[in-house]
Amino acid sequence: MEKVVFKRPKYMKEAPFHYCPGCGHSIIHRLMAEVIGELGIGEKTIGVPPAGCAVLAYDYFDTDMGEAPHGRGAAVATGIKRTLPDRIVFSYQGDGDIAAIGTAETIHAANRGENITVIFVNNNCYGMTGGQMAPTTLLDQKSTTTPGGRDKNRDGTPIDLSEMLAITRGAVYIERTAVNSIKNIRKTKKAITKAFKVQMAGLGFSLVEILSPCPTNWKMSPIDACRWIDENVTQTFPLKVIKDETG
Amino acid sequence: MSGAMANLEGGTFIQAESEIAAINMVLGASMAGARAMTSSSSPGISLKQEGISFLAASELPAVIVNSMRGGPGLGNIAPSQGDYFQATRGGGHGDYRTIVLAPAYGQELVDLTRKAFEYADRYLTPVMILADGMMSQMMEPVIFPDPVNLSELPSKPWILDGAKERPSRIIKSLILGTVAMEEHNWKLARKYEAISREIASAETYMTEDARLVIVAYGTAARVAKGGIKRAREMGLKVGLLRPVTLWPFPGNTIREMGRLVKDFLVFEMNTGQMIDDVKLSLGGKSNVHFYGRPGGIISTPDEIAKVISSLYYRQHLEED
Repeated sequence: MEKVVFKRPKYMKEAPFHYCPGCGHSIIHRLMAEVIGELGIGEKTIGVPPAGCAVLAYDYFDTDMGEAPHGRGAAVATGIKRTLPDRIVFSYQGDGDIAAIGTAETIHAANRGENITVIFVNNNCYGMTGGQMAPTTLLDQKSTTTPGGRDKNRDGTPIDLSEMLAITRGAVYIERTAVNSIKNIRKTKKAITKAFKVQMAGLGFSLVEILSPCPTNWKMSPIDACRWIDENVTQTFPLKVIKDETG
Repeated sequence: MSGAMANLEGGTFIQAESEIAAINMVLGASMAGARAMTSSSSPGISLKQEGISFLAASELPAVIVNSMRGGPGLGNIAPSQGDYFQATRGGGHGDYRTIVLAPAYGQELVDLTRKAFEYADRYLTPVMILADGMMSQMMEPVIFPDPVNLSELPSKPWILDGAKERPSRIIKSLILGTVAMEEHNWKLARKYEAISREIASAETYMTEDARLVIVAYGTAARVAKGGIKRAREMGLKVGLLRPVTLWPFPGNTIREMGRLVKDFLVFEMNTGQMIDDVKLSLGGKSNVHFYGRPGGIISTPDEIAKVISSLYYRQHLEED
């Protein structure tokens, strides 16, 4: 008899991903769908997709999905959660979405201790629009708007949004992980699981920042992009539990 | 409102950090099936416009109150009607309309607020209550109707409340395909046509024998009424047409009136915005005059009476 060892998670639709080869979004989507299934919350989960590369996330997650304007995921999720407090609400946002245009909404949702889960995918650039500098672009990193590399004096330094959020009193659990290796993918799944469990227990704001490769805009092979995360991105954005007040 | 909502079963009040956050919380609450509203005054309404466009595009009900103040820019905090264009022309980006209700009395603030939620639910679209700083800081006795029976509200079989024993749902405004986008635009346009046919409304006052009709809404209409009373005492045949819905504009009512009345005076607390809609309604068949007081100035009834009488005699309306 055949034994199934790998299959589409229950809460993923049967749609081929539109993401570039080597992109982290598809891995993260899958991990989230697995977690939602394993926690048994698929029938009461409502997701808020972002603007940006993951704007079509509603085509992939087989849960209710409500689209937010660029950056406003945490505010839209707040409105849903306050209306239906017993549902599980997540917002899925990239670094341009959450760390630039949506900074205010995110900080205040965290500060209010909104009982929502934010998945923050950090690829250090504006991916969909062609790889412009984001607030999270590394110093000296080249982008279409910093062709000579990000200059500290001209462009400022990468923003540590997760650390900023961690000092708000309403934030309960914040961890930074990556999806550039099997080991890190496993850790990411654990972090996503924990973040949803925080919400299920009604503890408050939870966020997982996931460092994600963008081979297309970094102009690297997927393998080099994964290596780049280990050698460069994690030097600026170290992988760690940034805040954990669940215990 | 913060206290009242806390005492209502299922009621929620959130003090948002910004107008942008507030309208997006309304977007989320509406997706989840709540009757949701937000309010602000002119500059804050500008900040909400992106969200209003998303509500219209996603076909979500919501109520937005704009208590207009002087502008542009930071302007001042005195009563104004400077946001007519913004309110009635969509305000945000894209090909959409917002239902706009213009209360003139305390009682109407009550009644039109209820109506705003009914329209929002019926047509699945944002509805704006366009008041001004005068109305918002005025006290008048009002009668509150019996509370709405929540179980009698229209069902919302489209909300996001978790895909339990049903397929998952999506609420969105992104439509990448041009054919699908065009279809959506025409679908919205058909809805707006239906709204235009069904809910346009206006109040008329002393128009039966009028040779001059003032067109004014909100606070300006109340002042105009006072001016009309004084003008009537002088024997001038003047009436008022007060649009209650600014979009849809009660153009048919004005057009009908234009068969008999050759002179209209548009009075606004701005430099001339609604006058465009009055002219469009009349199609060049009557004279359309204008009197405006922007900047937060509240005209007195005597001032309006003087404007009426000078116009009345200049146009020789006293002659048979």
